[in-house]
Amino acid sequence: MCRHAEGNSGMVAGIRTRDLRKVYTSAPPVAAGTGGFSFGAPKAKGKQPKPEIVALDGISLEILPGEIFCLLGPNGAGKSTTVGVLTTRVRPTSGQAFIGEHDVWREQVAVKRLIGVVAQRPNLDFSLTAREILAFHGAYFGLSSHERAKRAEALLERFKLTDRADQMVRGFSGGMMQRLSIARAMMHDPQVLFLDEPSAGLDPQTRLLLWEIVREYNQSGKTILLTTHNMEEADALCKRLAIIDHGRVIALGTPQELKASVPGGFLLRLRFGRHSPDLLQRLQGLAGVREVRATDGEGTDLYADRSGSLVAEVANLASAAGVELCDVHISEPSLENLFLHHTGRSLRE
Amino acid sequence: MNWKAFLAMLARDAHVARRNFVPLIFQTFLQPLMFVFIFGRVMVGSGYMPPTYKSLLLPGIMAICMVGTGIWAVAMPLIAEFQFTREIEDRLLAPMEISWLAIEKVVAGTLQALAAGLMVIPAAWLLLRPGVELNVPHPLLFAGVAVLVALFSATGGLALGCSMQQTHIGLMFSLIVAPMIFFGCTYYPWSALEKFPVLQKAVLVNPLVYASEGLRGTMVPQFPHLPLSAALAGLLFFNALLLVTGLRKFHGKAVT
Repeated sequence: MCRHAEGNSGMVAGIRTRDLRKVYTSAPPVAAGTGGFSFGAPKAKGKQPKPEIVALDGISLEILPGEIFCLLGPNGAGKSTTVGVLTTRVRPTSGQAFIGEHDVWREQVAVKRLIGVVAQRPNLDFSLTAREILAFHGAYFGLSSHERAKRAEALLERFKLTDRADQMVRGFSGGMMQRLSIARAMMHDPQVLFLDEPSAGLDPQTRLLLWEIVREYNQSGKTILLTTHNMEEADALCKRLAIIDHGRVIALGTPQELKASVPGGFLLRLRFGRHSPDLLQRLQGLAGVREVRATDGEGTDLYADRSGSLVAEVANLASAAGVELCDVHISEPSLENLFLHHTGRSLRE
Repeated sequence: MNWKAFLAMLARDAHVARRNFVPLIFQTFLQPLMFVFIFGRVMVGSGYMPPTYKSLLLPGIMAICMVGTGIWAVAMPLIAEFQFTREIEDRLLAPMEISWLAIEKVVAGTLQALAAGLMVIPAAWLLLRPGVELNVPHPLLFAGVAVLVALFSATGGLALGCSMQQTHIGLMFSLIVAPMIFFGCTYYPWSALEKFPVLQKAVLVNPLVYASEGLRGTMVPQFPHLPLSAALAGLLFFNALLLVTGLRKFHGKAVT
């Protein structure tokens, strides 16, 4: 239903990026200018090549209006840089990004009107109380004082912060700060909400409250882009997701589609007493086994369409080959398996 | 230009300044007024300084108060907010070009510096009297110079605040602000450096010289001072230079 709204009123905005690249040089941003009073790191003399860090390596995404979309990837994958580009805070080296019909880099003010952002690190205004933070945020977006007071009250209530509303946020716990950050991002009722690792450091109860609020906000027709390295969160919340690693999209689809794309679905992580190529070949021949991959040293990943019943057969084969089976770990079809399958690394590593 | 957002940010800064009013007063006035008391009252009363020093000192003290206030009001929050608390991010995401946020900081700093400058005059006068001979023949010219001095303090705060790392705040005061005050013709007129010709030329790179001498020329013109046209030109030049530098560095901090 929301998808139709884009063409009709333009009220509900989607997100689009085309071949986004971002390359950081090691020089700190403060030293990038000329002259002045810079006391930053000593500048390189002459024309020494600056080490380059490729944060985004051609990200193209199309996030539909009214969708909850998730960027899933390990730390340093490029999730926050993507959010930074989409929220005007990071200048892309090349490529384009759009919120609705607005080019993020060229029409920054129009874009900023459409978006609400929850940054990965808390950035609340420490000189203000919780209520003032919401009220001033509303004022920056031109809300009337009556409207500001009304919305602030409702959000404080919704995020269970009413009893601390008139206290300075300096003394708030991490979870309270995070809740207030999200309330602030919703204060001007943005069409697109960015949540960069919103549940990091939250207790399970608060995480559930957050999920409920995110779903509710989405049901009011808003687009939500969420980054996480928590597969459970991506699975629970997102309609579609992109798995990102080293600045590239390595998989894209609904959680179900992506999980189904893992060969067989189940993953058996095996550890043998010693490496045996012959044994690996025999494992490949077992019924239901789709793919066998040697990992580091004695480790082997086995992708299959069954799990428990395979273990005995694997043990028998190992025993016949004179190799000890030291450890078995079974994973059910999951996004974690998908990430492992694509990168050879665990999301948690 | 989004005036609503701009004014809301000014209101936010005013609200925070009001909340911190008492510590702000001590921070701004305690040290300069102690200086006024010792040099203007004790040293003059005990005969080590001539009585005219009271009048000569007042414009310099006003310049110190204004510059200290403006730099502190703009630079310190910027250093903390960009590097540590990141609280400026919410305002960077407000629907307004980010340069206007830097300009808002400059306007807020200028207003605070002007308030400090205007408040220190009666305070110092009360400490020094009798014997202070203020003589403001052209109030409008005085007001113009005071605004330019306040603006210089705030643009200086912007340039410093966007250039300094948090670990270098101590260095900022000992390497930049303190020498600027001591070599800024605050406690003595520029003409007093005649016997040190190299130093007299060298201090002309210090914008505070034009601030002190401009205030001296409009508040106590009976003392020797730089021609007002030179003081005004110096202030205008440094204001423009620091504003351009500050805006560029602000952009460098705000967008990576």
